[in-house]
Amino acid sequence: MEAFRSHTGVGIPLRRSNVDTDQIIPAVYLKRITRTGFEDGLFAAWRKDPSFILNQPAFAGGSVLVAGPDFGTGSSREHAVWALMDYGIKVVLSPRFADIFRGNSSKAGLVAGQISQDDAELLFKLLENEPGTEVTVDLEARTATAGTLVISFDIDDYARWRLLEGWDDISLTLRHAERIDEFETTRPSFLPTTTAR
Amino acid sequence: MGRTLAEKVWDAHVVHRAEGEPDLLFIDLHLVHEVTSPQAFDGLRLAGRPVRRTDLTLATEDHNVPTLGVNLPIADEVSRTQVETLRRNCAEFGVRLFPMGDREQGIVHVVGPQLGVTQPGMTIVCGDSHTSTHGAFGALAFGIGTSEVEHVLATQTLPLKPFRTMAITVEGSLRPGVSAKDIILAVIAKIGTGGGQGYVLEYRGEAIRQLSMEARMTICNMSIEAGARAGMIAPDETTYEFIQGRPHAPSGADWDAAVEYWSTLVTDEDAVFDAEVVLDADELTPFVTWGTNPGQGLPLSAAVPDPAVMTDDSQRLAAERALEYMGLEPGTPLRDIRVDTVFLGSCTNGRIEDLRAAADILRGRQIDPGLRMLVVPGSMRVKEQAEAEGLDAVFTAAGAEWRSAGCSMCLGMNPDQLAPGERSASTSNRNFEGRQGKGGRTHLVSPVVAAATALRGTLSSPDDLVPATAGR
Repeated sequence: MEAFRSHTGVGIPLRRSNVDTDQIIPAVYLKRITRTGFEDGLFAAWRKDPSFILNQPAFAGGSVLVAGPDFGTGSSREHAVWALMDYGIKVVLSPRFADIFRGNSSKAGLVAGQISQDDAELLFKLLENEPGTEVTVDLEARTATAGTLVISFDIDDYARWRLLEGWDDISLTLRHAERIDEFETTRPSFLPTTTAR
Repeated sequence: MGRTLAEKVWDAHVVHRAEGEPDLLFIDLHLVHEVTSPQAFDGLRLAGRPVRRTDLTLATEDHNVPTLGVNLPIADEVSRTQVETLRRNCAEFGVRLFPMGDREQGIVHVVGPQLGVTQPGMTIVCGDSHTSTHGAFGALAFGIGTSEVEHVLATQTLPLKPFRTMAITVEGSLRPGVSAKDIILAVIAKIGTGGGQGYVLEYRGEAIRQLSMEARMTICNMSIEAGARAGMIAPDETTYEFIQGRPHAPSGADWDAAVEYWSTLVTDEDAVFDAEVVLDADELTPFVTWGTNPGQGLPLSAAVPDPAVMTDDSQRLAAERALEYMGLEPGTPLRDIRVDTVFLGSCTNGRIEDLRAAADILRGRQIDPGLRMLVVPGSMRVKEQAEAEGLDAVFTAAGAEWRSAGCSMCLGMNPDQLAPGERSASTSNRNFEGRQGKGGRTHLVSPVVAAATALRGTLSSPDDLVPATAGR
């Protein structure tokens, strides 16, 4: 997983609350066998509407999504995070995230920053009034800056540390690679292998 | 203080332990199939990681495979893609695979034990909830998700939070015609589908000790239906005898060392379980489910329950919904329920002993002309063995269909499905809405109840049958 220090990209104001994972990516896209390529499933139903925010040229290539409260509720599908990241979203800012979604985000490398409802409103207004405004997200300082507006966001220490260091679950475990090597040398010889006999 | 069997196996596999972190456990065997592995392999590819221990990893095709025409390409596109992807991934990463048509192919939880790679004291995982099956050997075996599959492929370990332990003691002896399936259905009816949540169950007591390995696997297999992480049975002579001589069993000095270790894998007398449940095997009779979860079961002699008299609101609601879906009226004797389909197979009851028990009932008789019976061996080896014993001829002479190995109608990912409204007596493990096909209605039963039901056309036990020769 890539380490995340700071990121600057066009902010996308998604003025909706309760954006559940079925909206983020419908179940029909879960049949796939790959770990990537889910960008076409992102907000699939809403994107059929030409006026949907992602279909507006000013927000094309946007990478900082600002959403209303309770983002990522519903099904635990990890594909929701994959779809956002495959599309190019690096950061989601929302007044409240569903627990499982927040956990899945930090595992996959997506920054899910919690902001106050008032700050969300300020960001929405700014991004709507000046489409194409860039937002700089500084994970170290836990701040998001858009024009003259500087707001702070919350992210738990463990998730922040993982993102700053670029630790996914597997790299976290592989910090103990020597212990695994050591353990392997102590395994009894009678244990089976799957090698053809 | 003493330790339980589960705690002993856990402790023997801790690679890293630190305050405030989950234990990192070494995994002795990782079983892989086509449905839950594609994204895991793709994740490895993205990160440029290899499979750490291909020699502890084994793959088979089971969930999607058709049970007819196994030498032809799979017609369904999604199924074919999953199977082909597994083949590509196994070739690329060096994982041993038993593809369709291979002599060793079969349901992942039947294949492991029959090869002898499932042994006492091991940690075994697979991206499939019925991995608990392998606990019958005194292994700590449980299902994992796709991210965890990738984690095990990359590191051969898993970070795990500790579990609680529950003793399920089954005293006494089973009566003839009553089997392991009836024990586990009775256990689930007693503790509920959530009763085992957070627990590893250890099945013990006289009735468990008397069971064969096949029967023990049936019980551990359905631990997940009680919500448990895993189910275990302490190894004994029955276990050793089953393993000895199998292709991957230890031999010579290794065998002696293994048995010495295995004999320590019992719960200490002064160990304390977090919860205990006791059942009397003598009181058990054939059990069937009437509803849409495996906890909604009753003795075959009972009638469809009346939701109106249920005091618990959520239970009553669930029962009302279940009866509507199942198309059943309260008060109907379970024995009067007519079925269209009988399914004998699955990782719960698709082993040789299950086929033998059913064939013994069917021998020299004809199934009811109004229904179809599918017999699907759990593996190609089981199929081969059954054919060597002439069981296939018994099934086909009785009017049943003899198929090739796979998960088949247990979950209907292949063409073996119920049509909407069709009703089955099934030896599988889940009677969820739509599990065996959209709108299909499932009654979970044991192999002998399945066979007796096929003969009479309504849910039946072998006791309901007139002796085969009596009428002549």
